[in-house]
Amino acid sequence: MSMNIEVRLVGLGSGLLLGAGLMLAGMTRPEKVLAFLDVAGEWDPSLAFAMAGAIGVFAIAAFAARARLRPLWAEAFQWPEAALVDAPLVLGSALFGIGWGIVGYCPGPAIVSVGAGSIPAAWFTVARGVGMVAYRLSRR
Amino acid sequence: MVDFTPVPALCGGLLIGAGASLLLLGIGRIAGVCGIVGSLLDAPRSPDAGWRTAFIVGLAFSGLVGFALAPASVTNVANSPPALVGAGLLVGYGARLANGCTSGHAVCGIGRGSTRSIVATCTFMLTAGVTVFLVRHVVGR
Repeated sequence: MSMNIEVRLVGLGSGLLLGAGLMLAGMTRPEKVLAFLDVAGEWDPSLAFAMAGAIGVFAIAAFAARARLRPLWAEAFQWPEAALVDAPLVLGSALFGIGWGIVGYCPGPAIVSVGAGSIPAAWFTVARGVGMVAYRLSRR
Repeated sequence: MVDFTPVPALCGGLLIGAGASLLLLGIGRIAGVCGIVGSLLDAPRSPDAGWRTAFIVGLAFSGLVGFALAPASVTNVANSPPALVGAGLLVGYGARLANGCTSGHAVCGIGRGSTRSIVATCTFMLTAGVTVFLVRHVVGR
């Protein structure tokens, strides 16, 4: 368990960086997210730049990871195993998008906003947790 | 007036990518907020609960500090609690069914070249866009 503290620090650092990035990008301003999604209105394409930057950096990291045997503070890389495009993937993503489009929150920015003291983000985040638990219960 | 901010958005994106890269190269995990939160809710006593909790604390703490430094960076939506709750339920259920959300599919998934994530991202961008169109330009007239 000697790596336990390092593992937690990596988790903390990752959350801090991600949260700072979401704020700087404008993801914690739901009206900006909705303006990005509102292609037929006064479209604000800013967040496409955020997506491009994030994907670009992570693509380099993923490339580097594949060249390594193991991560720095864990035994192995845990890559998602599913490869098949199936109905749950499409249906779940469709539902997710509807919820995202109603208010402009997705889970990460909502948690950051809760940290900033946002009450609407707290409503959303609690309901989001209930939705996740409902999914687990529905699979029993 | 369109609030076009490509430079902060790009810089924010680079930070998001750096955070996800740290988690991957550091401990070999995918930085999908839905996967991390969902796994924490499903298995709170897992050996992974420690770093997952630390990740969520990091997200919330960045909001606390960021808001203190730049209050304009966090805004509140005008939606009523029922709309927020409905949206939250759809987002939570949908993300678990699809095994990922914006961070997991649109950043990490596409970044590692996953076909599933490309399909997921196209799907939720489409339904989110249609939803915004209906709310703003059809119902909202």
